Amino acid sequence: MMEPEDIKQMIELGLPGAHVLVTGDGHHFEAEVIASEFAGKSMLQRHQIVYRTLGSKMGNEIHALSLRTQAPGE
Amino acid sequence: MNTQEKIREQLSGDKIVLYMKGSPQSPQCGFSAKATQMLGACGAKYASYDILSDPDIRQGLKEYSNWPTFPQLYLNGELVGGCDIMTELFQKGELQKLIAKAMG
Repeated sequence: MMEPEDIKQMIELGLPGAHVLVTGDGHHFEAEVIASEFAGKSMLQRHQIVYRTLGSKMGNEIHALSLRTQAPGE
Repeated sequence: MNTQEKIREQLSGDKIVLYMKGSPQSPQCGFSAKATQMLGACGAKYASYDILSDPDIRQGLKEYSNWPTFPQLYLNGELVGGCDIMTELFQKGELQKLIAKAMG
């Protein structure tokens, strides 16, 4: 079963330098991510960037991940 | 007709399309249920497809939209997002505007 810590590490691996906070119950998770890659991107694109760092886990081991995404300084 | 063509046909068939788990009358997942409630609150007339009964479409959509979870809302063939983004747009009153514009 996935732990918030696992998800946090995967996002940080995929978005070096990002500030990541993850909570969750093993199936449904919430994450706050602040990353420079988000600058100028739509909400949809930001979420796709985060999902990409989680690869095949998304929609499988991770049933749901609700996201709050910000670029630094927003 | 392969899956990608079937998806394109479904998306061009209606201005508002919701891919979800179950149906509006009997949603099989809390997030899908919430999506139908928001669309109902916006007075949206939309086509819904149950991805639980069509695994090919379920897998095909992940590639088509590069979005791994459901529900997925499309306006005029464009992915708007999942329950998370719909909720944020709904709270800002923007989902209502997008729906009204899509219904024309």
